[in-house]
Amino acid sequence: MSAPLLEVENLEVEYPGKGFRAKPFRALKGVSLDILPGETVGLVGESGSGKTTLGRAVLGLAPVTGGSIRYAGREIGQLHRRERRELSSEIQVVFQDPYSSLNPALTIEQILIEPLTVRGVSTAAAKQRVATLLEQVGLPVDARSRLPREFSGGQRQRVAIARALALDPKLIVCDEPVSALDLSTQARVLDLFIEIQERTGVAYLFISHDLAVVRHVSHRVAVMYRGEIVESGDGDQVTARPEHPYTQKLFMAAPVPDPDQQEERRVARRRLMAIAAEG
Amino acid sequence: MTTAITPPNTIPTPTGRTSLLRRVIRRPLGTISLAFLLVVAVIAVIGPLIAPYDPNLASLQLVLAPPSAEHPLGADSGGRDVLSRLLAATQISIAAALVALVTALLIGVIAGLIAGYYRGWFDNVASWFTALVMALPGIVVLLAARAVVGPSVWAAMLIFGILLAPAYFRLVYAAVSAVRSELYVDAARVSGLSDLRIISRHILSVVRAPIIIQSAIVAGIAIAIQSGLEFLGLGDMSVPTWGSMLNDGFINIYKAPLLMMWPSLAIALTSIALTLLANVMRDALERTVQVRRRRRRAVATATGSIAAVTTSIGTVTGGIGIGIDAEAEPTIRHADDERAAARAGETILDVRDLRIGYGQDDGGTLEVVHGVSLDIRRGEVHGLIGESGSGKTQTAFAVLGLLPRGGRITGGSIDYEGVRLDTLGEREYTAIRGRRIGYIPQEPMSNLDPSFTIGSQLVEPLRVGLGLSKKDATEKTLALLERVGIPDPKRTFAAYPHEVSGGMAQRVLIAGAVSTDPDLIIADEPTTALDVTVQAEVLDLLRDLQAERQMALLLVTHNFGVVADLCDRVSVMQHGLIVEHGPVRAIFGRAEHPYTRSLLGAILDEGPARAPLGGAAIEKAEIQDADVAKADAVKGGAR
Repeated sequence: MSAPLLEVENLEVEYPGKGFRAKPFRALKGVSLDILPGETVGLVGESGSGKTTLGRAVLGLAPVTGGSIRYAGREIGQLHRRERRELSSEIQVVFQDPYSSLNPALTIEQILIEPLTVRGVSTAAAKQRVATLLEQVGLPVDARSRLPREFSGGQRQRVAIARALALDPKLIVCDEPVSALDLSTQARVLDLFIEIQERTGVAYLFISHDLAVVRHVSHRVAVMYRGEIVESGDGDQVTARPEHPYTQKLFMAAPVPDPDQQEERRVARRRLMAIAAEG
Repeated sequence: MTTAITPPNTIPTPTGRTSLLRRVIRRPLGTISLAFLLVVAVIAVIGPLIAPYDPNLASLQLVLAPPSAEHPLGADSGGRDVLSRLLAATQISIAAALVALVTALLIGVIAGLIAGYYRGWFDNVASWFTALVMALPGIVVLLAARAVVGPSVWAAMLIFGILLAPAYFRLVYAAVSAVRSELYVDAARVSGLSDLRIISRHILSVVRAPIIIQSAIVAGIAIAIQSGLEFLGLGDMSVPTWGSMLNDGFINIYKAPLLMMWPSLAIALTSIALTLLANVMRDALERTVQVRRRRRRAVATATGSIAAVTTSIGTVTGGIGIGIDAEAEPTIRHADDERAAARAGETILDVRDLRIGYGQDDGGTLEVVHGVSLDIRRGEVHGLIGESGSGKTQTAFAVLGLLPRGGRITGGSIDYEGVRLDTLGEREYTAIRGRRIGYIPQEPMSNLDPSFTIGSQLVEPLRVGLGLSKKDATEKTLALLERVGIPDPKRTFAAYPHEVSGGMAQRVLIAGAVSTDPDLIIADEPTTALDVTVQAEVLDLLRDLQAERQMALLLVTHNFGVVADLCDRVSVMQHGLIVEHGPVRAIFGRAEHPYTRSLLGAILDEGPARAPLGGAAIEKAEIQDADVAKADAVKGGAR
C-alpha cells in the first residue's frame, strides 16, 4: 500500500475557556486517524463528540495544541496563515449548512471563480473552468449568473461541492454535507460524491451523525465519543457489527425504516440498555 | 436528478438587490434631503467663485447695512457682504466637517475591522482605548486642544474626528464579529484567499450600509459642534465659517437681527437634512433586514412552513405543478389491516378537502395545500410524511390554527370532536389549542422562553387552563417531569431553558403537551433536532405516554425510521396533496404511488456498506505516487 495522504496522530485541540483563568475546553483528546489517497473515511459521532473539531483542525480552522497532522508527509498542524494558503489546492471543504456557506451577495460564478483567480488563473480560463465544474456537479450552465438564494438546499450543496473541486484538491473534508437535505436529495448528493471520487481519485474525510449515510459512502469508519475515537475499522464491520458499547448503542438507536424489523431492534436495544444499567 | 431550476421570474423580487440609493430616492423625504445636500455640496465647491464680493473685503460705509440691491443679504458688523461670506463659509464649514468625518471613518473602520477579524491583543487594546475616548468629555478636550495648538478649525476637527471614531469602531466591530462566524468566511479561508481579500470582499460589503448611515449622522454632529466652537469665539476669526457668522450676528442681535438668520438656517437645514437622510436610509435598510430575519427564523422554528411556501411558488408558476387538483390524481388508499383496525377508536379529527392559501402582493392567493383529507382516530399514531415543501407542516399548523402570517384556510373543513376548527374565532381557539390539542415542536429550545424558569412555563397553562391552584399545579408538574424521565425534577423545575440539554428540553415540552390531558397531540418533527440516541429515548417516551393515556398523535416527519417505529397509519404528502394513505405495513411493504416508492428507494439503510479500498486502490497506485510527488512540490514551494 502507498503512504497515507493524511495522518493524524494523538491530536489535541483545546479551546480557551470563557472568563478569567477558566479551564480550557478540550475538544479532542489524542485522536489518531489516517486517510489513504482516494479513500473515504467516515467519522461518526453525536453533537459535541468533537467530529467537527477534527475536520476543522485538518482545515487549519481549529487551534491545535498537541499531536500532529501530516499531509503527504509534511506537518501541517500549526502552519502560519501564509503557508496554510499554499495548501488550499490540496485540502478543501464542504460544510453542512448550504445556507450560510455561500455568500448571499455573490453570484454562483463569482463564488466559483474566486479561488481560481486568487491562484492567478486568467478570468477567461476561470470562466471556462466554472462551466466544467457546474457540469460536473449536475447544474445547468445558466446557473452561474444566479444568486444562492435562488437555489434549493440540494442545489446549493452542489455549488459548494463545485467550489471545493475548483482547485483539484486531493482531500475534501465533508462536514455533515447532506444532513440538511431531504431524503431523496440526500441520496443523489451522496451518489454525486461517490461519482466524483471515482473519477478524480479525491479522498474524503466524511463527517456525519448518521450511520446510514456514513455506511453508504465510506471505505473505513471511525466512531467518535467525547473527543476520542472509540472504534474504527472497515465500513461494513463498524456500521453493521459494532464492537464498542457506544457504537452498539448508536447502531441500535437508529430506527430501521421497516415496522417489523424496527420492533425487533427496539426490543434488542432495550435489552442492551437493561444489561448496561445492571453492569 | 433534479437539475431543473425555478426560472428567475418566479422568485419574489429580492429587496436586497435594489441599491440603497434607489430605495432612498423612492421616499419623498429622502429625495428632498438628498437634493438639499446636493445644493449645499455644489455651493461648497463653487461658492467662493460665484460670490459677488471678496468675503473679507470690509467697507466702513456698509457696517450693518440692511439688504439692498447690491447686497441682497446686507452687510455684517465689519461691513462685509453677508451673501459672499455665506457662500465662502459653506466651503470651509463643510470641509471642516469632512475632516472630522474622514478622520473618524479611517480610524474607526480600520480598527474595527482588524479588532473584529483578528481578535487577540489588538482587540483588547482597541476596546480599552475606545472606552477611554468615550469617557472623555468632548467639548473639554476641544477647549484644551485650542489652548495648546491655537485657534485652528482644522486641528479642532481632526481631534473631534478622533473623539468620534468609537462610534464607527463599535459599529464595525459588531458587524464583523457576526459575519466572521459565517461558514462562507471559513470557506474563503480554505479557498486560499488572503485576509485582505476576505475582508474587502466578504466582510466590508456587510458593514458598508451601516457605515453610510452612521456617516450621515456623524457629519451632522460635526457641523453642529464645529459651528458651536466658532460661535463661542474659539475659532479663527479671519476665516469665514457659519459659526463665526453666527457669533457676529449674535453680538449685533439688537442692531441687525436678520444677521443671525442666514448662518442659523444654513446650520439647521444642513444638520436636519443629514439626520433625515440617515433615518430614511435606516428605514430602507431595516425593512429588508426584517424580512430576512423573519424568513430565517421561520426556517429555524418550523422547517418546511415558509420553505414550503417558497418552493411551491416555484413549482406552481414554474409550469411543473399547474392544475394540481384533488380530482386529477386520487389518493391511493390501502385498506386497514388487523393491527391498524385494533387500535382504532372513533374518529376524533376529521380533515376534509383542506385547502391553504397565502395572500400575494398582487392580491391573488397562492395555494400550497390543494385539498387534503385525513382522519385521526382516538388512540392512534398517524404519520404525515413528505419532503420539505410538501405541505405537511402547513396542514398540521392549520389544525392548530397557527398558520404563518398571510396564510389562511381557503376551503374544506377541520372537525375536531364535533367542533368546526376552520371557522373558529381566535378566542374560542385558545380554549382548544394547548388544552384539548397538545403541540410538540421541532426545535425544543426556541419554544421555551429563555427569561422564565421551566417550572413557571409549565405551571402557568395548568393554572390558567385547568384552573388549578399554584400548589396543585406545581405538584402535577413535578410528577409530569418525573414521568417524562427527567432525573432530578425539582432542579429542572427551577432551571432556565439554557441550563438543560436539547433532549431534556424536548422532554419538558412533551410534559407540557400532555399536562392538560389532550385527546390529540400534534408533533412536528419532534426528534429531528436531537441526537440519534436521544431520539430513541424520546420516541420510547412518546410511545409509552401515548399508550398510557390513549391519546391520538399526529406525527409530522420526513424520517421513515421514526414512522416505522411509532406509527399505526401513514399519509404520504407531495406538492400539497396526500398521494398515498394506509396502515404502516402496507405503505412500507406494498407502496403503489411512484412518489412513495421513490422516497422508500432513497433510504440508505438497505444498501450494502461500501467495500474497503482494496483492489481499486492498487490500480490507482500510480496516480497516488504522482499525488505525493505533487504534494512534495508544494511542500518545497512553501519553504
